[in-house]
Amino acid sequence: MAIPKVMGTEIEYGITVRNDRDFDPIASCVLLVNAYREEHTSRILWDYDQENPLADARGFQVDGEKYTPNQQENIARNKTLVNGARYYVDHAHPEYSCPEVTNVRDLVLHEKAGERVVEMSRVEASALLPPGAQILLYKNNSDRKGNSYGSHENYLMDRRTSFKQIVEHLMSFLVTRQVYTGAGKVGSENRAHPCEYQLTQRADFFETEVALDTMVKRPIINTRDEPHADREKYRRLHVIVGDSNMSEYTIYLRNGATALALSMIEDGAIRKDLALRDPVRAIKEISHDSTCRREVQLENGKKLTAVQIQREFLELALQYTSSRPVDPMTRDVLAKWQYVIERLERDPMELHREIDWVIKKSMIESFMARKGLDWESPQVQMLDLQYHDLRPDKGIYYVLERQGRVERIVTDDEIARAVTEPPEDTRAYFRGQCLKRYPGEVFGVNWDSISFGIGDEPIKRILMGEPLKGSKAHVEELLEGSPTAADLVKNLRA
Amino acid sequence: MAESTQKQKPKRGGEGEGAGSGEGTQKMAKKGAELKEEMDALVDEIDEVLEENAEEFVKNYVQRGGE
Repeated sequence: MAIPKVMGTEIEYGITVRNDRDFDPIASCVLLVNAYREEHTSRILWDYDQENPLADARGFQVDGEKYTPNQQENIARNKTLVNGARYYVDHAHPEYSCPEVTNVRDLVLHEKAGERVVEMSRVEASALLPPGAQILLYKNNSDRKGNSYGSHENYLMDRRTSFKQIVEHLMSFLVTRQVYTGAGKVGSENRAHPCEYQLTQRADFFETEVALDTMVKRPIINTRDEPHADREKYRRLHVIVGDSNMSEYTIYLRNGATALALSMIEDGAIRKDLALRDPVRAIKEISHDSTCRREVQLENGKKLTAVQIQREFLELALQYTSSRPVDPMTRDVLAKWQYVIERLERDPMELHREIDWVIKKSMIESFMARKGLDWESPQVQMLDLQYHDLRPDKGIYYVLERQGRVERIVTDDEIARAVTEPPEDTRAYFRGQCLKRYPGEVFGVNWDSISFGIGDEPIKRILMGEPLKGSKAHVEELLEGSPTAADLVKNLRA
Repeated sequence: MAESTQKQKPKRGGEGEGAGSGEGTQKMAKKGAELKEEMDALVDEIDEVLEENAEEFVKNYVQRGGE
């Protein structure tokens, strides 16, 4: 029986500073992350002791130096937030990792709350710059000059499912899901064939099938084996092949359909041979065809379109869910998946309210038609970039949202609440509540631990190897009965 | 282009169609006009927020690779 799909996303934002000749992306990121202030939580460390990004899911350890910053640098680059998220500097980009959630609606809520947090920090940080200078941020994945930055999804999986099983079935799912997960891009890059417009920001950058790297020779399936949980029981599948999405509907379907596919893999429910002959080639061929009619070669000699392959996965999912209890949200994911596949089969442009790459393409085409522009024109490239702009008044996605031109999943009020409230049904609740209740005593945090420094006593680390423990139902009474951090530590021992 | 326009012509109120279809055509035309108005409003709003100096802006947007 598949385990609950606890999920989260990590989004790296593009950053630039207008009117600043000495723009340094790393210094700007540090400024940004520190400009977002939550009361009392600014001195908390990120606990690198628990991290191991060099462990490979295929069962070995890769040579390399583990990154451990000194204390001052650590605090300057990492902020753990009261909603359970982590906002930090990753290389030369600001990154927001949302708290662990159990369902796709909460995922949309917390990914969107991340946009708000990062935008708030942008406003604060810009005020500290010389007059006229302004930080600009983009929730996209490419500068269209061959540089890409990531959007990663995480899914909790059963350790008993072998990595080989995952790769075997997930590869063709991930390569073809871009027909409804792509964020759209004008042109191509990284030595890919030229095209006017393509489905994804990222397809041009994938050069190999399976590997540990995320920065060079990017793989379609990443093997990082860092569960951030009890490693005897769990793995965390680190999906790096996706785009940063603006559309709530797209985010919802992206994670919903992927979580379903992973549950099916755990339960051995994919008994169909959909393996692709050359996934690295197929991912680009599919992305470069906005009619969604191009066929790709399967290992068994057949040729199918990405939509046909996704139709196969959908039918398998309908079959899979027909014989077991399914919650209403999973039913809704299936209904939306079906709705989208039907329209992709007929005419993809019908999805101009739901799917990012279609929303963007339709907007750009209206603009081109009226202004007599073509795909090469700078304004069209600007539209592509500005679709992802985080400023509420300038970001074109937000303009479309305000005009009611895109489908929504959550409300603005719910998003605002998720900026300061953790999800209630995962360990993120305990993390967030500890930061709210005992900010002065929290010493360090990681996804699966929280440590307290109380007076002169040695640091006490509480391990949280179970992502579903530490929920409101589980710890509210404990927290209510612990007015101080010392009480909490004592009560936990009792 | 000219050919396809000719082919479409009979559909738009050709012989043998009742008065109802005339209304239909009017409705279609009205809907088309509304749609165009709506798209014009969108393009106007986007035009207003679109960064000036697009060429330079896009050229200067350079990122370091991440992840």
